[in-house]
Amino acid sequence: MNSFYIKRTARSVLTLWLVITMTFGMIRLLPGGPLVRLRAQLTRQGVDPSEIDGIIESYQNLRPDQPLYVQYYDYVTSLLLGDMGQSFRYGEPVAVIVGDALPWTVFVMVTATVLMYALGVLWGAIMAYKEGSTFDSVSSALSILGSTVPFYVFAIVLVIVFGFQLGWLPTRGRTGVGIQDPYTVAFAVDVLRHAILPIMSIIVTQVGLQALAMRGNSIQLLGEDYVRVARLRGLADSRIATRYVARNAILPMYTGFLTLIGFNIGGSVILEEVFTYPGIGYYMFKALEARDYPLIMGVFLVITSVLVVALFVADLTYSKIDPRVQSGDSSEAY
Amino acid sequence: MEVTTSERLRDFYEEFIYKPGLVAWSDWRTRIGFLIALVYVLMGTVGVMFYRLPNSNQSPRSVRPFQTLEAPLGTTGSGVDVLAMIIHATPPMLLMILSGGLFATTFAVVVGTVAGYKGGSVDRGLTTFADIAMSVPGLPLIMVLAIVFNPTNPALIGILITVNYWAGLARAIRSQILTLREESYVEASRTMGVSTMRILIKDIIPNIMPYVLVNFANAARYVVFASVGLYYLGILPTSVRNWGIQLDQAYRNAGALTGAGTLYQLVFPMLAIMLIALALILLAQGMDRVFNPRVRTRMAGESKSADSDDGDDVSVTEVLN
Repeated sequence: MNSFYIKRTARSVLTLWLVITMTFGMIRLLPGGPLVRLRAQLTRQGVDPSEIDGIIESYQNLRPDQPLYVQYYDYVTSLLLGDMGQSFRYGEPVAVIVGDALPWTVFVMVTATVLMYALGVLWGAIMAYKEGSTFDSVSSALSILGSTVPFYVFAIVLVIVFGFQLGWLPTRGRTGVGIQDPYTVAFAVDVLRHAILPIMSIIVTQVGLQALAMRGNSIQLLGEDYVRVARLRGLADSRIATRYVARNAILPMYTGFLTLIGFNIGGSVILEEVFTYPGIGYYMFKALEARDYPLIMGVFLVITSVLVVALFVADLTYSKIDPRVQSGDSSEAY
Repeated sequence: MEVTTSERLRDFYEEFIYKPGLVAWSDWRTRIGFLIALVYVLMGTVGVMFYRLPNSNQSPRSVRPFQTLEAPLGTTGSGVDVLAMIIHATPPMLLMILSGGLFATTFAVVVGTVAGYKGGSVDRGLTTFADIAMSVPGLPLIMVLAIVFNPTNPALIGILITVNYWAGLARAIRSQILTLREESYVEASRTMGVSTMRILIKDIIPNIMPYVLVNFANAARYVVFASVGLYYLGILPTSVRNWGIQLDQAYRNAGALTGAGTLYQLVFPMLAIMLIALALILLAQGMDRVFNPRVRTRMAGESKSADSDDGDDVSVTEVLN
C-alpha cells in the first residue's frame, strides 16, 4: 500500500514538472513565440536594443544570452520560489494577480460543483426510485435538454434575463462599488449576489448528466441480491435507500466529483469572461487577448496545479472510502 | 478457405454497419438523433451550394426574423443574413467534429487496447502517459496552444481541441480490455501463436466498437462546445466561420443584452448549437442502450421497465457539458 502512495505522489510531481517544462519550451523555443514577439514589440516601441535583454529577464525570468540549460534552471527555480514573472498588461507580478484572483474562482467553482453534485445525486436517486413513472421520463428528458446547452451560452442568457432585462442582479464584478469592509452582512450578501449567476449556469447545465449517472448506478444496485435480501429482512425503505443503495451508487461518482472541480476551474476562462468576474479565468482571458505570455503561462500553471492536486486527493482518498479498491498493476504481461 | 475482397467487404458491412444500424434504428433516440444530424450534414454539403454566402449589406439592415423570404431569420445591424451565417458555419464545424472525434477515439483505442492487452511495463508506461494527459486542464491547454499555433484549418482545430480528451477514454477502454484479455477465445489465439497485432484487431477491438462509437458522439459534442467557446472568446482566428463568432457579435455589438430587440441574432446560433448537441447526446444515449448487453437482455423480455434505462456510463468528467 505504501508503494502506491509513493508512486502516486511521484506521478503528480512528474506531471507538474512536465507541464512546467512544456510552458518553458513554448515560451523559449517556438519560432515566432512569445520571446520573439516581445523583442519585436520592444524594438517597435523604440527601446534601446542593449536594454531589451534586461527587460525580458525581468518579465519572464529568462536571460536570453545564457545557454539553454541555465535558462531552464533559472525558470524552474524561480517558479519554485513562487516567482512567475511580471505581467505585461498589468505591470504587476503574476503571483500577485493570481493570488488575488484565485480564491474567488475557487469559491465560485467549488460552491457550484458541490451544489450541483448534491442536487444531481438527490434527483437521480428519486428518478431511480420512481423508474418508469412520468416523473422519471420528464426528468430524463429535462436532464438531456439541460446538457445540450454549453454553460457559457446559458450564462449569456442569465446575464441578459436577470442582469439587463429584469435588472435584479449585477452583471459584472466580484463585489459592488463602495462595499469595502469584509465581515459584514452587507458584504456577504453582495458577494453572493455577484456569484449566484455563474453558480447557476454551472448547476443547470451540468446537473442533468450527474443525475442520469446517479440514476443508472442506483437502478443497477436496486437489482442487486443484497438489496433484495435487505428487503426480505424487512428493513425500512429509508434505511435501504440511504445505507444500501445511495452509498454504493455515489461511490463511482466520487472521483468524477473532484475531477470536475478541477475541470470547472479550467472552464472559468469562458465563464468569468461572460460575467466580467475577475477570477483567474478572467485574467487568463485578458492575458490571451493581450498576448501577455507571463500571465497566460502563470494562470495555466496554477490551474494545472489545482487539477493535479484534485486528482491526487481523489486517488488517495478513494481507497479509504471504498476498501474494495486494490491499487495494483495488471497481472501478467503478454 | 480463400475469401475474395468483395466477400470480406460484404461481411464487414453485414457485421459492423448493417446489423448495428438495424439495432440502433429500433431506438427512438438514435432515430431522432440521426435525423437531426442528417439535417446538419445536408446543410453543410448541399445547403452551402444553394444558399448565398454571408456578406455585409446583402440585405436591408436589422430585418427582424420571419419578415422576408430574402433573409428568413433576419439580418444583423450591418445587413448580413443570419441564416447564411448559420449555414456557412456548418461545413467547418462538421470537419472539426469529424477530425476531433476520429483523433480522440482512434488514439484512445490504440493506447487503451495496447496498454490493457500487453500489461506489464508497456501498460505502466502508457497508463502514466494517459494519467498525465488527463491531469492537464483541457480548456486552458487548448487556449494556450491556440494562441501559439494560431490554427485556421478546421481539421487541425478539431485535433487541437481533443489533444488531451482521449486520455479519459483510453483509461476506460483499458479497464474493459483487462477483462477481455482473459476470454477463452483470446487465450486460444494466443496459444496458437497469433501475433499481438492480429489478436487486437480481430478479437479485441470488435468487442469495444459499440463503446467507442458512443464515445465518438461524446467527443463530438465536446468539440462543438469547445470550438464555439473558443470562437466566442475570439481566441481562434475569425477567418473560419463559426456560430461562436455570431454569438460574440450579437452579445457585443448588436446590444442583444440590453433589450434592443436584437435577441434573435443570439437565439438562432444558440439553437444551431443546441440542436447539434441534442443530436449527439441522443445518438450516444440511444447507441449505449442498444449496444449495452445488459440493456439488450432487458429489452428481450423479463423486465417491465425495459424502455427506461439509460445505461450507467454517462461520462461524469466532461468539461463543457
